This record gives sequence, C-alpha cells and structure tokens, in this order.
Amino acid sequence: MAENPDNKRRDFLQLSTITLGAVGTAAFIWPFLKSMNPAEDTLALGTTEVDISSIEEGQSITVKWRGKPVFIRKRTKTEIEEAKAVNISDLKDPEQDVNRVKKEEWLILVGVCTHLGCVPLGQKLTDTKGEYNGWYCPCHGSHYDTSGRIRKGPAPENLPVPPYSFLNDTTIKIG
Amino acid sequence: MSGNLEPRKYKNPFLNWIEFRLPIISYFEREYGDYPMPKNCNYFWSFGALATITLMVMILSGIFLAMNYTPHTDMAFDSVERIMRDVNYGWLLRYIHSNGAAFFFIIVYIHILRGMYYGSYKYPRELNWILGVFIYLLMMVTAFMGYVLPWGQMSYWGATVITNLFSAIPVIGEGLKTWLLGDYTVGNATLNRFFALHYVLPFVILGVVGLHVAAVHVHGSNNPAGIDIKSKNDTVKFFPYMVMKDALATCIFGVIISTVIFFGPNLMAEVDNYIPADPLVTPAHIVPNWYLAPFYAILRAIPDKLGGVVLMFGSIAILFVLPWLDRSKVRSCNFRPIYKWFVMLFFINFFVLGYVGMLPAEGLYLLIARIGLVYYFGFFLIITPFIHRIETPISLPMGISDVYLGAGEKKPILNSQKEII
Repeated sequence: MAENPDNKRRDFLQLSTITLGAVGTAAFIWPFLKSMNPAEDTLALGTTEVDISSIEEGQSITVKWRGKPVFIRKRTKTEIEEAKAVNISDLKDPEQDVNRVKKEEWLILVGVCTHLGCVPLGQKLTDTKGEYNGWYCPCHGSHYDTSGRIRKGPAPENLPVPPYSFLNDTTIKIG
Repeated sequence: MSGNLEPRKYKNPFLNWIEFRLPIISYFEREYGDYPMPKNCNYFWSFGALATITLMVMILSGIFLAMNYTPHTDMAFDSVERIMRDVNYGWLLRYIHSNGAAFFFIIVYIHILRGMYYGSYKYPRELNWILGVFIYLLMMVTAFMGYVLPWGQMSYWGATVITNLFSAIPVIGEGLKTWLLGDYTVGNATLNRFFALHYVLPFVILGVVGLHVAAVHVHGSNNPAGIDIKSKNDTVKFFPYMVMKDALATCIFGVIISTVIFFGPNLMAEVDNYIPADPLVTPAHIVPNWYLAPFYAILRAIPDKLGGVVLMFGSIAILFVLPWLDRSKVRSCNFRPIYKWFVMLFFINFFVLGYVGMLPAEGLYLLIARIGLVYYFGFFLIITPFIHRIETPISLPMGISDVYLGAGEKKPILNSQKEII
C-alpha cells in the first residue's frame, strides 16, 4: 500500500486542501476581528488645544482628550522641590521628575489610574491628595506624588504623560 | 395512501403525522414523561427547573425591554428612565429583568452548591459539570454587559474596572483592551457592542443548557444518597411526580421574587447607578453586583495587578477541574463525615468573600478577604484532593430504597411506591 504512488498524491491533495481551507477561514475572520478595533473617526479625535493662561499656581484643570481626563497642574515651588527630592531607587516605576515635564511648573498627566482605570482624586483643592500630596485613587487606594508617580498601592505604573507641546506660553496642544 | 401504513402510536392522528416525520413526541415522552428520577431527590433538585424557567423569563423580559432601549451613550440613560416612567408597565419589565438577574444567580448558586455537596460532578457526570460551569461563566459575562446598558455611574465605572483587568496581561494587554472596547476608553462603541452581545449571549446560554440537560439525562440524575439507580423501584416517573414537585417549587419561588419585585425592587441595586455616567468623575466606591462580588474580593486581596487578575480568573477556572481534584469515590457528603464540614465552610466562605467584596478593601475587610482567598484555593487544591486519605466514609446504603428503611418497616414503603406507579 505504502508504495502506491497514488497515496503520496492523496496526502498532498489532502494537506493542501486543509491548508488552503485554514488560510481562507483565517482571512475571512480577520475583517470581523479588525472591525472591533477603534474606528477611523474615533482615531481622528487625536488632539485637543487648551488655553492655560487662567490657571493660577497650585491650581489644576481637567480636560478631555480621547475620552480620557487629562490633568493640567501648575505646580507650586514646594511641589516641584518635593518631586525633585525623591530618591529614584525608592520608586516602583523609577523616573526622574525632569523627564516627566517640559516646563517644570506645568505637569500634564493622563488622569487615569494605571491600576484599573479610575480617575484619581486631587484635582480640586478640597480633594484628598493622598500621602504624597499628589493624587489618590479612591477605588483601590493608589497614592501618586507631585510628579504623578506611583508611590503606594496596587497601581503598577506612574500616571502617563500624554504627548503634548507648547504652541505658545498660554496654549498647549495635547496629542 | 401511505398514511395508512404509518404507525399509529397515539390516538391523535396529528401527533402520529408529526411523530412519523420528526420523532419529537416520543422524545419528550421519554425524556420528560417516563424519565426515571431517583425517588429520594429532595427540593434541591428543583433548582435546575427553576433556573430554566428564570432563563425564559429573562429572555422574554429582555426582548420587550430592548424594544424601548437605545444603545447610545447620549440616550441610553434617558431611554431607561423613559421605560421606567412612560412605557406601559415598563417599570415592571425592568424590575423583573434586574431582580430576575439577581435571583437567577441565587438559584444557580444553590444549584451549584447542591452539585458540590452531593458530588453530582463525579463519574460519570464530569462533562455535565463542565457544561454547567460554562453556563455560569456565560451568565457572568452576560450579567456584566447587561449592567453596563443603563449607562449610570456604576455601569460606566464597573465596565472601566473590569475591562482594565485585561490590560494586566503582559505585552498584548493594552491592545486587547482597546480591541474589546473599540475605543481608548469605555465609550459609545463599547456600549453598542455590549448591547449586541447581551442580546445574543442568552440564546447561547439556552443552547448550552440544552446540552447540560441532555447530558444529565444520559446517566440520570444524581440523588442525595449519591448512589446509582439499581432497579425501577428506586425511581419515580418525571411526570407527574417531578413535574408537580417542580411546579410547587416554582410557585414558592414566584411568591418570593414577586415580593421583591413589588415591594423592594431596588434592594439589590446601587443608588449610584441612578446618576448618569460621567467619564471624568469616579464614584468614591465602586461596588460590583453582589453576585460577582466574591471574585472582586479575590481581585482586590492581592496587592499586585497581574497577580490579582490571575487569581480572579483562576478562581473560576479551577471549578472546571473539580471532578478530577476530588479523589473520593463516595459522591454524597451525607456519607463523608469530615469533607461535609469543609464543603459547608466553603459555602460560608464564598458568601463572606462576597460580603467583603462590596466593602472598601482596607483594614479588617482586606484581612478577611485574604483569609477567604486562602481558604477558597486551599479547599480546592489541598482539602478536596487529599481529604479521602484520612476520611472513613459512612457505609453506603445498598440501594436507594434502603434509604427509607427504618428498623422493621421495610415492605410497606416499597409496596406503596409500587402501587402509585
């Protein structure tokens, strides 16, 4: 039986049919899976321009960018000192304060806790700011410092800094 | 004509006509009429029927709610309020549906605990158990998506927290989350697809329930003694005995659920969900639905993001392999003097986990959640596989009829059973 040349041809036909069928099915499924990714119009909401001239020292505002809250904070001298004085090796997600800002009084962060996506408290003057005087996430108790770095709690990473640029002294473009 | 040659099984010629072409009449006769049920089954065996009925009610009320619901972030909340205020009996449909979901879980939890206590998952019903856990998993997914639809604060932030669980997966996590949401955050794309899936998944559940029932009918139902049916004397027919018994159970269940629907429809609801969703403000305390809270407690008991997510999914996944973790040959805990108490403690522990899962994860509550977590996994990984080595089971009765044998009153019971049959 095994020597019969027909068997080899059948094996080949069987294998190539299965392969072609599998590739075809995968190609058919792909557009369905891909359709669940963000649509073009969602992606197009990429940038937001913000006027920051009215923000006083020590104040914060929250703006919306890609559906997420973005924190813009004009830090006080003490807050900047605090952020700079931290020993990097003590941090869970080590990052220098200077690498997280473009102008050191302006701290711009995506206000979404890196644990499970809640919005941390600390934007309003009356909010609890946590043990490190930055932000505190009420959901599962993560504490962020005055540079938005994770200091205590379950969150694995610092609050991310979105891509942004200063168009002039009073306007920034996020995204 | 050929009609004269067709077998005449039933008096009604229409039934014969159907039966000859699709033997569905005899199927129902066999599976729901003559189907032998062990005669010692107690009311815990009614919860499968109750769950099926509840599923039907959920599908029915859901279809009528969908006729008035709008799955768009700008309109979802208002359309639900319109159902509550303006749609004729809309309030009743919604309260049936929301409380029905909670009672569906109560019933299914009792059904699962019944299976665990009486060892219904053991040989030869392992696949039946796996199908059941699969139904439970589908129920959790469906309930979660349904809870997002009213688009209140708890809907929005519950969805945010749960979908963020996927971002804990290394490398592909972020991309997977975005793919699931269809946006960078929970948004209109998310609401739309959750509605589509929430509508279709119950029908998938219905299909798996069909398999679940078909599988249990192959070897017959387990019973409180956990021993096999040996003769016809051990059983009663499904109709009328079990049908009447399940009907009574359904009536009592109907009284209980109606009391909640009419007198305390928001007992199990979170007030924060009557505030429209706001992506910029997180509620001070995100509370899951109580029926998912034990797993939420496990998630928060671990101070590490990935670790918490792995244990949470693990706590559900481990249920699938329970038939192979339990090495004891004795099914029913009635005959397992030590394991019995560990199983009961497991039930209590599950409810304690659920309780702390709805409270802030700090101080004493966090400690309780951690102890509960250790017992949850300890039960499955240490107690269940090894307890039979130190446990001497109580000797099993020879047959199901022997369960009823008191000293000296053998025959009357058997005879009366025969007479009834």
